[in-house]
Amino acid sequence: MSSLLLQNLSYKYDGQSVIKNLNLTVEPNEIVCLLGASGCGKTTTLKAIAGLIQPQHGKVVINGQCMSDESLFVAPQHRNIGMMFQDYALFPHLTVAQNIAFGLNKLDKSEREKRVDEMLELVHLTNFRGRYPHELSGGQQQRVAIARALAYRPNLLLLDEPFSNIDAQVRYQLINDIRAIIKDQQVSAIFVSHSKDEAFAFSDKLAIMHEGQIAQLGCAKTLFQQPKNKVVAEFLGQGIYLDATRYNGAGVTTDFGDVSSMVPLSQSQQQGKIFVRPQHLELVNDPSGQVSVEQQRFVGTEYVYRVRFAEQLIEVPAPADKVIDANLPVSFKIKTHAVNFFSEQELN
Amino acid sequence: MQASSSLSKWQVFAWLIGMCLSAPLAFLIFESLQGDSEVFTHLWNTVLWDYTSNTLLLILGVISLSCVIALPLGWLTAYCQFPGRKVFEWALMLPLAMPTYIIAYIYTDLLDYAGPVQVTLREWFGWQSPNDYWFFDIRTLPGAIVMIALVLYPYLYLIFKTALREQSFKLVQASQLMGMSPLQSFFKVSLPLARGAIVAALALISMETMADFATVHYFAVSTLTTAVYDTWLGYYSLTAAAKISGIMLLFLFVSLMLERLSRKNDTIHERQSSVNDTALYRLQGKSAWGATAYCVAVLMIAFVLPVSILAGYAIDYFDEAWNSQFFLYAWQSLKVSLWVSAIAILLSVLVVFYQRIGEGKRKSVPGRFASTGYALPGTVLAIAVLLPLTLLDTKLNEWFAETSFEPGLLLSGSIFAMILAYVVRFYAIAHGAVEASYVRISPSLDMASQSMGKGFFQTLTLVHFPLLRRGILTAALLVFIECMKELPAALLLRPFNFETLATHVFQYVSDEQLELASVSALFIVLVGLIPLYFVNRSMEQHN
Amino acid sequence: MKKALAIVFTSLTCLPALAADEVNIYSFRQPFLIQPILDDFTKQTGIKTNVVFAKKGLIERVKREGKHSRADLVLTSNFSALMQLDDLNLTQKIESDVVTRNIPVAFRDPAGEWVALTKRVRNVYSSKERVGKLADLGYEDLASATYKGKICMRSGKHPYNLGLIASMIAHHGEADTKQWLEGVKSNLARKPQGNDRAQVKAVKEGLCDVALGNSYYFGKMLQDSKQKTWADAVHINFPNQTNRGAHLNVSGVVMTKYAKNPENALKLIEFMTDNKAQNMYASMNMEYPVKPGVALSNLVASWGTFKEDALPLSEISKYRPLALKLIDEVKFDL
Repeated sequence: MSSLLLQNLSYKYDGQSVIKNLNLTVEPNEIVCLLGASGCGKTTTLKAIAGLIQPQHGKVVINGQCMSDESLFVAPQHRNIGMMFQDYALFPHLTVAQNIAFGLNKLDKSEREKRVDEMLELVHLTNFRGRYPHELSGGQQQRVAIARALAYRPNLLLLDEPFSNIDAQVRYQLINDIRAIIKDQQVSAIFVSHSKDEAFAFSDKLAIMHEGQIAQLGCAKTLFQQPKNKVVAEFLGQGIYLDATRYNGAGVTTDFGDVSSMVPLSQSQQQGKIFVRPQHLELVNDPSGQVSVEQQRFVGTEYVYRVRFAEQLIEVPAPADKVIDANLPVSFKIKTHAVNFFSEQELN
Repeated sequence: MQASSSLSKWQVFAWLIGMCLSAPLAFLIFESLQGDSEVFTHLWNTVLWDYTSNTLLLILGVISLSCVIALPLGWLTAYCQFPGRKVFEWALMLPLAMPTYIIAYIYTDLLDYAGPVQVTLREWFGWQSPNDYWFFDIRTLPGAIVMIALVLYPYLYLIFKTALREQSFKLVQASQLMGMSPLQSFFKVSLPLARGAIVAALALISMETMADFATVHYFAVSTLTTAVYDTWLGYYSLTAAAKISGIMLLFLFVSLMLERLSRKNDTIHERQSSVNDTALYRLQGKSAWGATAYCVAVLMIAFVLPVSILAGYAIDYFDEAWNSQFFLYAWQSLKVSLWVSAIAILLSVLVVFYQRIGEGKRKSVPGRFASTGYALPGTVLAIAVLLPLTLLDTKLNEWFAETSFEPGLLLSGSIFAMILAYVVRFYAIAHGAVEASYVRISPSLDMASQSMGKGFFQTLTLVHFPLLRRGILTAALLVFIECMKELPAALLLRPFNFETLATHVFQYVSDEQLELASVSALFIVLVGLIPLYFVNRSMEQHN
Repeated sequence: MKKALAIVFTSLTCLPALAADEVNIYSFRQPFLIQPILDDFTKQTGIKTNVVFAKKGLIERVKREGKHSRADLVLTSNFSALMQLDDLNLTQKIESDVVTRNIPVAFRDPAGEWVALTKRVRNVYSSKERVGKLADLGYEDLASATYKGKICMRSGKHPYNLGLIASMIAHHGEADTKQWLEGVKSNLARKPQGNDRAQVKAVKEGLCDVALGNSYYFGKMLQDSKQKTWADAVHINFPNQTNRGAHLNVSGVVMTKYAKNPENALKLIEFMTDNKAQNMYASMNMEYPVKPGVALSNLVASWGTFKEDALPLSEISKYRPLALKLIDEVKFDL
């Protein structure tokens, strides 16, 4: 039984479709990241799961129990869901311990205290139990928030951009800490972010969202190597489109030579374009080269060149020992990789 | 140090304002020390305890009832979606434009033994005399509580609603996700978080209640205010009157202190939550219509019904009640109210600003001094204002004696006295509202501004004013409406032939003939509605 | 410097320069009651009248304003305010043959500091239906057990009631009056409230059987279409006709000590004591004129003649503070 099932979920606000026919499944103990640009509907999806909004169509099923469909709507307080907000939403009038105990009103007093102690220990805040939220640092507040959301053993944990207010220096340490805590508590979690780096570090699976739908769900490697469409490919990072013709099942021919793919090509069409990421490109001096170099900078271990080809800009790294002469004509060399091949129709 | 020298300039301003606004009271107290206290002892031995307990009961009753009416209304309109919410949101402030003595008069007419309600009941059931049945007596302490609460609840409603709006929705959502029902969230999250705002509003309401004379007098409920009148104007003992005013001041200080205490923990500069435009709870079916019905009921009782009755009078008695001078009266009311609002706001911003930049414990003293006029009933205040002003006038006349110019009663005999009395009385409202919105401006903004080379004055005008706009607007509105309704001070201090709408209405109400002044009374309400509309609109846009 | 300031002030303030042809009045009486008389005065003499009306505090204002006060006259609605103005030394002597001729000695200050303008009787109203005419009633009877739960009246602290209580003290002494007050209090059908009109209304509605009220209210009510039905339900009775006579109160006028327009003020006082104004008081306000020979309104005349309490007002006035104390002592209004 999956922890969460969203079926044909749709939500309109002010006549605007925010979520359109969205489907998603989260397996037990899995951390799934809803990843997408702002306005793609990811936070709305989270609210629909929590019951903070009521979708007009579709079904929300948590642990096999239907929470919302056309005829039924379970209020948020009866869903047993934990949620961590972007600004943590800690109650400013309650201490750390009171915040954590807030959702434990079903337990008796001694059990409640025991659970609070447990949670405080889990997030290493035992010495801060009597403090008020405004007396804590950002990272500490966040740990209170996660402890509070997990204390009452929710069926599902929702996290809304939980790391966006944290300094870059400590962010990855925290991501690891919180991931460990969630895994320790064996709870399924859905995590909303617009940063793919956070998503890679924190989640087991990623769901790329675009215009109210899940564009693709999978682990990071799959998404990178076999993006279902242009949106997914582009969202995961910079790249350049090059004309390509398929030469057999395993490769394409381009202006820069043949490229063999490490995975089967997704398209059966003959003509199309491949989407190549900078790390799969190599710059070489070539008298007939059509690539123009606009800028060259040294970034410590390597050089980065900003180059232009066919009206597209891309920044390509080059190891310090493979320096090119920017004043001479330049061309690409494409490394063997998992080729993302798209037909013309798909790209338009 | 440039900074410290300009700080001392602000200090001088603030203390000056504090002194000026508390001067009437100081004179009153000084005067009270002159005479003997025989009358006070007599009152102490006879009725003073009844008066004091009546006053306390009245205040407690009014603030409890205001909570019962206003807290659900604030919560419903701030957090829930139900039919008519948009309209109720502003309409529920309307009773503020209603003078208490008018609503009291109308309900007495309606509900007392000779009123249409009881007459109809007697006809239906064939009762003959008051001994045949029980009907509540409106001219009692509970009756006065209801009347005053109906007019004053909008203070709490307005302030509570704003506080809820400024709380992050996410806190309530978080509590919901942790298994709290909406009602539990209300009690465990929204209410404690808004505690400061609620106490502030209740302090305001209790001071207004304490200062009320017209209603309790009409209802024959004897309070400390009544006692002040009796001793002063009946026993002709200023000493005893000032001593009783002292008891009232004690109440005032207690409520001000409570307010300050409750603000103490409120120093967190809460992040303004992004956009609270969608409702948190979408009420459906019975609960939605229940919410609508509740709002309609409050609105009907506190506003629609009395105004309709007033309009009925106005139609029936139009020929006698119409007066070509109305526009002049309305204009004079408007003029005074606008002046007072502007001055009160300006002074309160200056004082609160000093409170913010000043150092040491004593920085909040000027504000406290300046707020003391609020709990004084109008007539007492009016006479208190006359004390320093007539003294000043005498000095002025002596000073100018050798010139051809004879100032006469330049200060006490002109509209200046009225405006001063109003400012002294309503400064506290402006101060409270401005102070409340100042708390929300992060001190780092001041530092930022100063680090960019702006002095105190520029910080005030360039940074604080724009951010305070909404608070200032609310404050100005409240002061304005109170000025439109204010009666006793106007009555006593006005220059010759100067009528405001309120004084015009009073000469008929004092003869129990509101019908003949119904048109002017409607005018007061209508003129009060205009600022309500604009302020509400600007607050809407802000949201 | 002073001169410069003086000039600036004079030009800037535009104080309404006190024109010679006006008279300034502080009035305890509602403008609508006196305006027609003032208008008539202006029409005849060309002297403009300016009024500040308030029910409370005007005496204090005159006192505080001192010699700069602009008030020339104070119009009061009861005698104790007249006496108080005199006591506080805020008045000046009214020296006028016209006034002396018009007003009997009993209704002006022997020293000339105040003049009464109209009289009103503290009447007892009785329900036509349940009580009938009370020809032999005295104020004293209101404390008798006959009227248990049957009396309505306004606050004991109202000047009209204070005047009555003071006259009771003058006639019966403090102890008896206190006992009387306690008796009246225990006879009340409801806590003292409302004004005199409201008491009549209460009798009409059956809330009580007898009520205290001033005579001119009764006349005014009979003129009002809505209130006529109330007044029609009661008889008006003049108390104590078999002994000392009914208690009177007066409205009156003083000239302030520092009046800036004493001639005009005197003219107005003379006007108000003369036939025309006295007639207007009688016919429009249903009051009893003080000038002998001025006709009562037909309505007032129809109530019949009555005996007045002959005790001078200045005598009664002495007991007013004591009356107030007694009210508090018996907690009359609570």
